[in-house]
Formats: sequence, structure tokens, C-alpha cells
Amino acid sequence: MKSEVKLLGAWPSPFVTRVRIALNMKSVEYEFLEERLESKSQLLLQSNPIYQKIPVLIHRDKPLSESLIIVQYVDDVWSSHSPILPSDPYDRAIARFWAAYIDEKWYPTMRSIRGAEGIEEKKRLIEEVKKGLGLLEEVFKNSSKGKGFYGGDQLGMLDIALGGFLGWLRVTEIANGVKLLDQGNTPELVKWAQRFCEHDAVKHVMPDTGKLIEFAKTLKR
Amino acid sequence: MATNQEEVSLLGVIGSPFVCRVQIALKLKGIEYKLLQENLANKSELLLKYNPVHKKVPVFVHNEKPISESLVIVEYIDETWKENPILPSHPYQRSVARFWSKFIDDKVVSAAWKAVFTVDEKEREKNTEESWEALRFLENEIKDNKYFGGDEIGLIDIAAVFIAFWIPIFQEVGGLGLFTSDKFPKLYKWSQELINHPVIKEVLPPRDPILAFFKARYESLAASK
Repeated sequence: MKSEVKLLGAWPSPFVTRVRIALNMKSVEYEFLEERLESKSQLLLQSNPIYQKIPVLIHRDKPLSESLIIVQYVDDVWSSHSPILPSDPYDRAIARFWAAYIDEKWYPTMRSIRGAEGIEEKKRLIEEVKKGLGLLEEVFKNSSKGKGFYGGDQLGMLDIALGGFLGWLRVTEIANGVKLLDQGNTPELVKWAQRFCEHDAVKHVMPDTGKLIEFAKTLKR
Repeated sequence: MATNQEEVSLLGVIGSPFVCRVQIALKLKGIEYKLLQENLANKSELLLKYNPVHKKVPVFVHNEKPISESLVIVEYIDETWKENPILPSHPYQRSVARFWSKFIDDKVVSAAWKAVFTVDEKEREKNTEESWEALRFLENEIKDNKYFGGDEIGLIDIAAVFIAFWIPIFQEVGGLGLFTSDKFPKLYKWSQELINHPVIKEVLPPRDPILAFFKARYESLAASK
């Protein structure tokens, strides 16, 4: 059964972390094939010729890429428990909308802080990231309906989509001496972040912040 | 069919490929809706209220609940109205459909636009190359199928209407051989099938005004050099 599901990935990748969380939630056994970032494996190039990126899920020899597409697939296939997407079509649309926002607007802004030229530019980007988190705080309040996660009692799509970035978010905070999630701006998300990282499906796959900082040093700009 | 007094409206503009996607989905399902035309130079209060994050069209409103982002809207429509399914029922095929639709948005749309509507020549060339690379993947994917969805149009076809209708317009406006039958014979054949599909034909905007609009856009850009 184990070799039926393979995941090509790397421990620092937030996108890979997302998929691992989803697989853990569903108690899926899988073979984790760690890619070396300096040289991509044949399997990776064959199974994701278009983007040549991780994560790639291979289920019964059929490959899939793009983390949120994989997460939805995992939800569809292993559907007997722990639903990741809500059942109501409108709630699903809202989850997909904000997941796309995270990937297309929020994360690219956070990632660009590192290479930003000058203090003013860095400050501007940091403010934008914080503003985005303010929006996501509001979404959390609506989505969680008083419970602990975007998905309510259980982890949902947005928990996974945003939560996968928490390691890198902390690295960004430390590297820039700022708080992106803070009591003033995002009190609910501060609590949520802790809850998320302590969750059984997350705690063993969330990369350690210290290790990420060391890893970040090895990256070319 | 929309039942029990459902309110369905769509904020959009004629000529937007993203709005068109939603209109195709609605037409396929036989859903009646109100089209609320926006003036993008002077966005309505309603648009700003319903899509404060992006302030863009299309915005789909069902019983006063708004949804933005064309592919999110199309999936919502597919999940809410079950006739003439747009996404495949098998999880793997469904994921593949989502993958290619996203690919079109990430790799084709922006590059095709910039291949024509950029002042810098080097930028245009770079984006032309990128467009070709992306279209090549799609050429390999369509194979000898009538549509990406098989015998009937599906999510990928709807997402790719941009390629079938808008790219040829861009090409006419100023893009050097972006999408030709020589370079992409299978994809070209698919595009002709698509624009002649009975539902799509009815939904596509009239070509001449769109062409004129983009020509004017192109000319003002060239003049700004």
C-alpha cells in the first residue's frame, strides 16, 4: 500500500508541507522521496515536465502537481473522514478564493521581502503582508464560526493553505525584526498559528524555524 | 434550472475573456441571469462592495452572495447546477482539468498579453517565446481529441476560450504569428471547433468591436513610446 502513494518533495518547501498535512489528516501512508534542490531527479522531470517543481504526488503511477490541486485530490480520493473542503458549494468557493489569494498575492509579497532593495521598499512590503494577514484574520473569524480552525473543529483548506507558510513566516519575522502576526493586528491568527503547529497532522512535518534559517542562508538570492 | 426565485447576476464587461468563461458555464447549464455591465474606468459601488480585494470582474452573485475569480466561479456553478457537468467526475481527471486551467492562467494569458501590449521589443520577444512554449504543452495535451473535455467541452476548454478567440485578435492587432495553424496544427483545429460550438458561439462577443478596442489600445501604447 505504501508504494501506491509517493510524494516527491523537500522538507523546507511550504507547498510540500501542505500536501504532507493533507495526507496525514487522511492517514494515508506514502513514500516520501526527498528531492535535492541542486539537481532534480529523473522522476521529477518525467512526472512534472511542465513546471519541474515539487510537490508531485504520484498515486498508482499517475502524477499530479500544484499543491492545492493535490490537496483537493487527496480530499476527493480519501473521502471517508476528515473533509478538507467544506460541503457547501458557497463555502467551498470562498475557501478556494482565499487560497488563490494566498498563493497569487500574499505569499509572493512575503517572499519578495528578502530580495527587496532598500529599507523603504522592505517596509512597504512588510506592511502589505500585514495588511493581507489582517484580511485573513477577518476570513478566519467568519470561517471558523468560533471554533479553532478555518475548517471549524478540523483543519480545512485555508488552514493548510496558510499554515504551510508558518515556518517561513517566522523566518521572515526573525530576519527583519518584525512581527507579522501580532496581538494588535491579528489576535485570532496568533492563537490559531500555535494551535495549527501543535496539531497532530502538522507537528511532525512543519519545518523547524532554526533549520529553515540555516537553509535560507544557503539559498542564492 | 434555477429554482424557487433564485437571484443570479453577473458583474462583467463585454470583451473580457474571464467574464466570458462564466457566461459559457451559465449558458451550458441553462441558467438565467442578469448581466450588470461595469465601466472599469468608473467601477460601481456594487463591484467595490462585492470584490473589495481585487476590484475586478467577473463577480458572480447568487442569492446576494458574491464570488470572484472566474475559475472559482465556474466550479461553483458546476457544483450548484448539476446538468451538463463541466468538471469530470473522476478525481484524477478533475485534478488534471484544474491543472491545465490554472496553467492557462499562469502561463498563457499574461505572456500572450505582454507579447503584444508591451512597449519594449525585447519584452515582447521574450513573452512571445514564453507563449509558444506554453501553447506547445497544450498542443501535446489536446492530441486528436475534439475538445480538452473529450467529446464535449469541459473546464479546460472554457478556460482556454482566451486562446481560441482573444489570442487571434491580439495577433491581428500586432502579435507576430503568436498562434498559427502551422505552428500548432492540433490546437488550431481545436480552436476552430471551439468557436463554432453552439453554446460558445452564442456567448462570444462580436469580434469587430473587440478588435477595434484592442487596436486602439495598441496604438496608444505605440504612441506613448
